[in-house]
Amino acid sequence: MSLLQVRDLEVHFPIKAGTLFQRTVGAVKAVDGVDLDVEAGTTFGLVGESGCGKSTLGRAIMRLTEPTKGSVTLDGQDILALSERKMRAVRRQFQMVFQDPMASLDPRQSVESMLTEPLRAHKFPGGSAAHAKRIRELLDVVGLPESVVNRYPHEFSGGQRQRLGIARALALNPSLIIADEPVSALDVSIQAQVINLLKELQERFSLTYVVIAHDLAVVRHISKTVAVMYLGGIVEQAPAADLYGQPLHPYTRALMSAVPVPDPNVEESRNRILLQGDLPSPANPPAGCRFHTRCPWKQAAKCDTERPALRELPLVAPGHKVACHYAEDILSGKLTPHEVRPEEVALTPAADDPGSIETTEAHVAGGLTPGGPPGAR
Amino acid sequence: MSVNEVVAGEPGGPAPAPTEAAARPPSSLGREALRRLVRTPMAVVGMALIAVFVLVAIFAPLIAPYSPTDNSWLDQVRPGQYPGPSAEHWLGIDPLGRDVFSRIIYGARQSLLIGVVALALGAVAGIALGVLAGAFGGWVDTVVMRFVDIMLSVPGLLFAIAVAAMLGQSLTSVMIAIAVVNVPIFARLLRGEMLGQRGADYVLAARSLGISRSAIVFRHVLPNSFTPVIVQGTLTLALAIVEAAGLAFLGLSGSDPSAPEWGRMLTDAQETLTSAPMLAIYPGLAIVLAALGFTLVGESLREALDPKFRR
Repeated sequence: MSLLQVRDLEVHFPIKAGTLFQRTVGAVKAVDGVDLDVEAGTTFGLVGESGCGKSTLGRAIMRLTEPTKGSVTLDGQDILALSERKMRAVRRQFQMVFQDPMASLDPRQSVESMLTEPLRAHKFPGGSAAHAKRIRELLDVVGLPESVVNRYPHEFSGGQRQRLGIARALALNPSLIIADEPVSALDVSIQAQVINLLKELQERFSLTYVVIAHDLAVVRHISKTVAVMYLGGIVEQAPAADLYGQPLHPYTRALMSAVPVPDPNVEESRNRILLQGDLPSPANPPAGCRFHTRCPWKQAAKCDTERPALRELPLVAPGHKVACHYAEDILSGKLTPHEVRPEEVALTPAADDPGSIETTEAHVAGGLTPGGPPGAR
Repeated sequence: MSVNEVVAGEPGGPAPAPTEAAARPPSSLGREALRRLVRTPMAVVGMALIAVFVLVAIFAPLIAPYSPTDNSWLDQVRPGQYPGPSAEHWLGIDPLGRDVFSRIIYGARQSLLIGVVALALGAVAGIALGVLAGAFGGWVDTVVMRFVDIMLSVPGLLFAIAVAAMLGQSLTSVMIAIAVVNVPIFARLLRGEMLGQRGADYVLAARSLGISRSAIVFRHVLPNSFTPVIVQGTLTLALAIVEAAGLAFLGLSGSDPSAPEWGRMLTDAQETLTSAPMLAIYPGLAIVLAALGFTLVGESLREALDPKFRR
């Protein structure tokens, strides 16, 4: 049975209006009905462009942002039902690694105090001598010398800070670590070090990861299963190799075609799917399939009226789940992509809030840039 | 970045050990800020002014040549003619036959006392309200902040005059009046800063570690929100000195009219402004210098503690 089980999770942020008497006029549907299962000891990758709700999903799973609906089961325990006090105790089982290692470390806390704090809070046995020993262990595990215990975050480099963040997450021996863009704030050379450290720690402590990222290469490199998120929902989920080898959802295809190929000849001649327009507002998502406004395979029937469920395609691609009414037909080539005119995308209802609910940035090269020429495969 | 680059990285290679880790003592943010502060000329001048002011206030009886209330030189005073600076009386004699220099020296005591007590009272009450609003948020925040807004809507000096008039003439009422004016300033400042810090990633990290709400507020949010409060404190001290003088000038000070006080000296000098303008200039200068000292330090402190300069 899976370690983490998420069912129909929703996080809706109310939009309030009025100066004196505030009333709710709508909701930003940051996460809108997500199901996912993470097997123990594996890595689950979550990709999507900026504003699709992936960070919010990570926080909702950890109950750092309270979900509005759904259930999160960790190791058989429904954690959304727990009281605040019980929840605090359960928190030792899952930890988070943050995107910006500077912002996630208290600037006024020395390394020692930062690592002792969780041990004290959860009454790690053995008193201060055992705590000191544990801190040395943790620093050693993440590759930092013991001499740093009295130093402060501003004295470290970005990569070292992220190591500290990882050491802190490991302090309580968690079984699940949710890493929200763990390397996107780091230099490329440091990214590799941190990714490898994460992999090494996974083997050593049989950790389970949920890695949230916009960098397709990073996710592919470390994940067993990858899910693609679009506008608050998962549109495709499959074992990493299958997803990258044979993307089924039109959105995933567009994402994959945006990854540059390190061969100039191939790169010049290959077809890329350039999506028109921006991510629609999560406050006012399109009806039916969330992607239909930008989809080059959009059909007249069903697409704009019925929201497709995430379903497995047992005949053509076992273990591969996709939320598209026409996935089989697109795969077999029965349906061909057509042009999406920018005006059509612009017609989608635009709300006041352009979905600024997330802080992570997307740098998916080229493919998601609005205003490019309408592309066809 | 490509997959190849990810693989190319050193497998979990240890980060280069921070150089001179052992040699250099760990530097907290506070110590760094202090180092920057003593390198600013403005701050040094300010600190020198404060040092002089505080030393004068403490050792007034040793520095002042005469008692501030001794009027034994009354016989030297003629209407419209007040003896100017001389070897015995450095700053001359006032219309009531008292040594002006001694009165200025003793006046520092009064100013410092009012300033410090008013600041302490105002800051403590303001910080308490700010923490209440900033830590709980929600309706507590709304109630506290509306209350603070009401206090802020009344002009400061007017409010102080009203409080001082209500509580009657005494030094205590002056202190309370000035303190009350500063309560909303501290409350707003701290609440705003805490609200900003509450959303920070390190607070989220602490929550995900299962650290209790109160520990997060007092160990993380509050210490990280305190910088502007310290800066405001120094600036408030300067303002309190000016406000105390202002209240005294308006006749709202201690009940003893002969007590040496810069603001009251200004009021008294007003009557002889044409014949002896220097009598107004001396206390005026004393007020300006004392306030300037705290302002300079406050402003430099603001810069020294600015996160932009953190490296």
